[in-house]
Amino acid sequence: MKKYSAFAIAREAFRQHTGWERAWARPEPKKKYDVIIVGAGGHGLATAYHLGKNYGITNVAVIEKGWLGGGNTGRNTTIIRSNYLQDSSAAIYEKARSLYETMSQDLNYNVMFSPRGVIMLAQTQSEIRGYQRTAHANALQGVKTEWISPQRVKELVPIMNIDGPRYPVLGGLYQARGGTARHDAVAWGYARACSDMGMDIIQQCEVTGVRTNLGKVVGVDTTKGPIDCDKLGMVVAGHASVLAQKAGFRLPIESVALQALVSEPIKPCMDVVVMANTVHGYMSQSDKGEMVIGGGTDGYNNYTQRGSFHHIEETVRALVETFPMIARLKMLRQWGGIVDVTGDRSPILSKTPVEGIFVNCGWGTGGFKAIPGSGWAMAELMAKGQSPLTEEFNMFRFREGKFIDESVAAGVAH
Amino acid sequence: MSTRLANAGRLVNKNKAVSFTFNGKNLRGFEGDTLASALLANDQMMVGRSFKYHRPRGVVASGAEEPNGLVNLGKDNTFEPNQRITTTELFDGLTATSQNHWPSLEFDVGVINTYFSRFMPAGFYYKMFIHPRPFWKHIYEPMIRQAAGLGKAPKDRDTDTYEHFNASFDVMVVGGGIAGLAAAHSAGQSGARVMLVEQTADWGGRAVVDMPSIDGKTAQDWVADTVQALENMPNVTIRLRTQGSGVYDHGYVLAYERLTDHAPENDGPRHRLWRIRAKQIVTATGAIERPLSFAGNDIPGVVLAAAVRDYAINFGVSVGDRTVVVTNNDDAYRTAITLKKAGLDIPAIIDARTSAEGDLIDEAKALGIRVEFGKGIAKVKGGKRVTGVAICNQAGEGAVIEEISCDCVAMSGGWSPVVHLWSHCGGKLIWDADQAMFRPDPEKPPLGADGAGFVVTAGVANGHLFTAEVIADGFAAGRSAAKAAGFKAKAAQAPMGEDAHEGPLAPVWLMPQGASHALRSKAWLDFQNDVKVSDVQLAAQEGYESVEHAKRYTTIGMATDQGKLSNINGLATLAKSLNAEIPNVGTTTFRPPYTPISMSVIAGVAKNELFQPIRKTPMSDWHTANGADYEPVGQWRRPYAYVRSGETVHDAVNREVVNTREKLGLLDASTLGKLVVKGPDAGKFLDMMYTNMMSNLAVGKCRYGLMCSENGFLSDDGVVARIDEDTWLCHTTTGGAERIHAWMEDWLQCEWWDWKVYVANVTEQWAQVAVVGPNARKVLEKLGGMDVSKETLPFMQWADGTLGGFDARVYRISFSGELSYEIAVPASQGRAFWDALLAAGEEFGAMPYGTEALHIMRAEKGFIMIGDETDGTVIPQDLNLQWAISKKKEDFLGKRAQERSHMADPNRWKLVGLETVDGSVIPDGAYAIAEGTNANGQRNTQGRVTSTYYSPTLKRGIAMGLVLHGPDRMGEVIEFNKVDGTTVQAKIVDQVFYDKDGEKQNV
Amino acid sequence: MLTLHCPNCGVHADETDLHAEGEAHLKRFASGSSDDDFHDYMFQRQNPKGVHFERWKHVYGCGKYFLAARCTATLEVFGTYSAQTHEPPQAIKDAITAKRPGWSWGDFS
Repeated sequence: MKKYSAFAIAREAFRQHTGWERAWARPEPKKKYDVIIVGAGGHGLATAYHLGKNYGITNVAVIEKGWLGGGNTGRNTTIIRSNYLQDSSAAIYEKARSLYETMSQDLNYNVMFSPRGVIMLAQTQSEIRGYQRTAHANALQGVKTEWISPQRVKELVPIMNIDGPRYPVLGGLYQARGGTARHDAVAWGYARACSDMGMDIIQQCEVTGVRTNLGKVVGVDTTKGPIDCDKLGMVVAGHASVLAQKAGFRLPIESVALQALVSEPIKPCMDVVVMANTVHGYMSQSDKGEMVIGGGTDGYNNYTQRGSFHHIEETVRALVETFPMIARLKMLRQWGGIVDVTGDRSPILSKTPVEGIFVNCGWGTGGFKAIPGSGWAMAELMAKGQSPLTEEFNMFRFREGKFIDESVAAGVAH
Repeated sequence: MSTRLANAGRLVNKNKAVSFTFNGKNLRGFEGDTLASALLANDQMMVGRSFKYHRPRGVVASGAEEPNGLVNLGKDNTFEPNQRITTTELFDGLTATSQNHWPSLEFDVGVINTYFSRFMPAGFYYKMFIHPRPFWKHIYEPMIRQAAGLGKAPKDRDTDTYEHFNASFDVMVVGGGIAGLAAAHSAGQSGARVMLVEQTADWGGRAVVDMPSIDGKTAQDWVADTVQALENMPNVTIRLRTQGSGVYDHGYVLAYERLTDHAPENDGPRHRLWRIRAKQIVTATGAIERPLSFAGNDIPGVVLAAAVRDYAINFGVSVGDRTVVVTNNDDAYRTAITLKKAGLDIPAIIDARTSAEGDLIDEAKALGIRVEFGKGIAKVKGGKRVTGVAICNQAGEGAVIEEISCDCVAMSGGWSPVVHLWSHCGGKLIWDADQAMFRPDPEKPPLGADGAGFVVTAGVANGHLFTAEVIADGFAAGRSAAKAAGFKAKAAQAPMGEDAHEGPLAPVWLMPQGASHALRSKAWLDFQNDVKVSDVQLAAQEGYESVEHAKRYTTIGMATDQGKLSNINGLATLAKSLNAEIPNVGTTTFRPPYTPISMSVIAGVAKNELFQPIRKTPMSDWHTANGADYEPVGQWRRPYAYVRSGETVHDAVNREVVNTREKLGLLDASTLGKLVVKGPDAGKFLDMMYTNMMSNLAVGKCRYGLMCSENGFLSDDGVVARIDEDTWLCHTTTGGAERIHAWMEDWLQCEWWDWKVYVANVTEQWAQVAVVGPNARKVLEKLGGMDVSKETLPFMQWADGTLGGFDARVYRISFSGELSYEIAVPASQGRAFWDALLAAGEEFGAMPYGTEALHIMRAEKGFIMIGDETDGTVIPQDLNLQWAISKKKEDFLGKRAQERSHMADPNRWKLVGLETVDGSVIPDGAYAIAEGTNANGQRNTQGRVTSTYYSPTLKRGIAMGLVLHGPDRMGEVIEFNKVDGTTVQAKIVDQVFYDKDGEKQNV
Repeated sequence: MLTLHCPNCGVHADETDLHAEGEAHLKRFASGSSDDDFHDYMFQRQNPKGVHFERWKHVYGCGKYFLAARCTATLEVFGTYSAQTHEPPQAIKDAITAKRPGWSWGDFS
């Protein structure tokens, strides 16, 4: 793989950019792989990447029904933070956040990780208590966060109205090294690195069946023919139920639409990410200048990648109230993705009832920020059979009543 | 230069001059101008700078598709960035400034990017700025952000008003061109309720510019007659300046009406959002002309051919004195003919087709215009405006044959139907190779609730480019939509249109066909985001082969015009690079809105005080007048404390606690949920709802009850009173009333639907006051009317009666540990009762207290609070509430869940009291630390604080918390963390800090 | 933006008047049931891409629950019916079969 650098750019500039190679190859599937990952989104590609990088397992295929990075990886609002309450959540999200810090260098692909800070606003007494609890938990988890006053919130985000008549801002939980990254670049950077390690990324290839023998996986059937494997990782987010059904087991998840929108681009006016959970909205400004806005999920099972407009209304209303200056901006584009939500709204990274099949799903509305940590942990689970990072996230926890509930601290899982 | 023609345009009123400013310059236009036409009339050719390279940008289109003409409009409260000048109607006093440059539009240092553009190909961000790591955040990113971003950020609050209309129609027609008018007319004739919207201020679309003949009349007359006919139909609603913005599932349509943008002096809302349910939708949204991809096609003065015609005919404005027309189709000849007839120079028509025949070509030739077939533009000359073109063979590589001086290039690469609304909700497209366009596939419309198509498309939007077809298609679409909506079409003759004979176009995706890299890297596809032919080719070369990859890698189509001009050219370029067919490459997803709509109109009236409704108790005005510091609790606002002058909030809370403990406190408890549960099976039902037994509660008595979710976790608590044989009144938490009511209905309607139980939420029917403290009985006795003695009304009983003339229900319950009565009166009498209590209580030291004093007193007493001790993961057993869990019942909601292994785990943290060793207050949310770290390197913990307060009664910090094996560790000192890294020591104690034996409340 | 016919009050209700209430026809398992049964009742959802049965509440209307048969891939509604039933009425099943031959969902087909 030819390195990307300012020097490479300069070199290519003088030969009309003819020397740039394909970022990833376009292979036909082999007959057999050690590991097949289904789903070339961020989580699937990161899993493959860490299988190769951490465990030297490179006879890997990543199979994608559409185009790589085309699901929720390319549809989310790109927020990265790890200020979670529960230990197991904080561990995997902080692992992810710390990997984001060096991802551009590790992948030799600028994913534009921008640790610009994330503030979660407290607008009720119970949110104050919830976030102070999170701050205390984070202090013991090695996650750097702080509780900040309304005045400090205003200093960090001058465009915010902290004295709204309905929900004045009472403070916030601030993670200075949280931020955003360029979502497509994360998928592309991983894809390039995986391809460089000799892994096959096979796009436009749908898995139509999962083949097992005596309770153990032996391969998959695809629209490009059957492919054998020793281990199979299912990393398909909203379609996890559909794929699990092909393997003969069920998952405790439901798929619903999550919507987002952007404004037209304006000059920089907000340097941090703000989440206002009482009013259900969050906003950041992209490097292009668009205000990137999201809210809560739609209510019903849905696979259409379209949502209902009244949720957009609710979100915009909340943010116009919190940031009055956006009133005169315009909504440029709205879109939706399908997120998979579990019974405790925390993810599943787990062995399954079928030997050799591992599942990574249920990230709900919060998957992007977890991508590198999820890939790291999933690779460990698949390579070694266990991982301290995935331990609590097993799919059998619901049977024992051992939930990982983040909503308890007035938090949401975005 | 661009200038105003002697013959005024059809839309402008030359007798009414309008003054406006652009970049501080005072300019004049006419009533009826758009900002774009007025700027052109003033020879303001350059109107902005592009996003990436800061290249000079001029107007390229005349409508909603314009990517370049974006300005900061207005100032202060009406300031708005990125306003599109082609859709901004001129008004007197309009103030506009251009965007994305520094220090000025004419001289922009950012233009340096254009000289380094060879170093900034598609995706260069991803390959650069990787080292050194900290530089990205501190140097590169701020630099990139500052360079990007177009318009300025507004600073002030928007003072205009906005509104929503809800409406339902049988047929919604989007687009007021001749197809839309014909569709609305034929649908209207069937009797269907029809709405027709047009985004511009003018009916008729292209027809009233190009003026074909319809039914023997001019298009102008036909349009005027049809609009008149529609206005006369009571079942038809028509609106100008109203854009069909989005189509959503089940026939939901958003329409965006701009009411006063063109006349800000008018009163009333600025924008209106129509939220429409339509049985059928007709998209008669026309088409957008495509640019041609040749070097220098982005220089100001290179304009779409039809737009040049629009400016001349509609506004009487010539974009240039000498216009070279470059085309691959006949339609652009109309521009040449129009300009020539207006007395302007047309040095040549450059037609990329090797040959063509048609009426328009003949007419152009007859006017003496030079027509060059098989030729293309090698490059446009000029910088901030066009100075000439170099002509080459279209089939070649760009060798220049001739240079022609000109100040305008009118280009046409064919037409792309506007398929956005068709596609928003899943309508599919087909590639029409003959016309080189994607058009709706009538076999695959968006599907509605019944699984049938609910959108039909008509006219140019359906791929028909000739008047006769367009108008017949519009008429037919209106009829079929009405029919699908359940109406019978009246027999009527479709309007007849007449057309000039035109030859076929020849697809041209690059000019010249074999253009060199140097030319391709100057041939723009996306003018705003600076994406060139070479960028899309590079994306393909690097493996970004999916149309979505190429879009995201190059940013083509991601600008504020969302690719209206660039999408088709871009994907044709991609297809060519991949050696693929265009339909196999496919399109990116069309998402609402069609053009950007204001955030304000989405929010509607719901802002400031109206953002969310505030629920108020009958005593609310008194609270506000008496220093209430409010906290939001659900939709309610409750006084946190009543702050007197000179007091801090903390002082006030302490005063309220002490006064209540020593004398008399009054709490507005009206917000507590009150649910009446009634019926022969009500007792059985409540036994399922609550963990404890409610069916055996005696009439006249009260019992504290717990509710769990089916997942076993505590969800609410409150006192239940048995009113009569088949009636119970259940109190819930303030935030819980609606939730618990819904919860009960859920079980009654969906599980035990044969049980005879009725539930009513009577929360707001009653005003409720807690009268608390040693003097509580005295004040009630003074009011008189009821025996509230210990004997007649003992603890945990209730009675109906009158107090001081008020109808009252008195509950002898206590959440503070004091002698306490909760008195409910009809809501209408709440304020009077509150005033009466205050007056009567004055001699007993009556003083209202807020929620914080309530919380402190309950904590001093060791009572749990839903939301503090519980967080959705706590079961009653964690809080040592086994006494409230019936052992006798076979079943209640949550019982099975609590049998799961983790719920029965003896290592679950349990509730205890906590007393700091130094008397300080443990910080809210602190964790009890344990030795060592876990497998993920996190510090181990053994508990956490759930409630922590300074107790003014005990004059020290007190707390409750959940601690591993807590109840077995009484007296042990454990450490709680602080966020600053230090710790605070606390002793594990009994959770009841005050009046352990309950003597105070039971007097 | 769905519209659903409320079989209780007869109103053709807009989504904004309704509240989605999750999967329909769950069989409740109470105290004493097996861990597997209870787990499935609480958490295991069909979540199909296709025919689905679900609960709705006409929350800003008559306040009553009803059930809907709907396709999660196209949002087509096959019919709505009373919440006071353990299985979809035959007419609803027939309506689905007409549109999606060979469908199945849980124990129903």
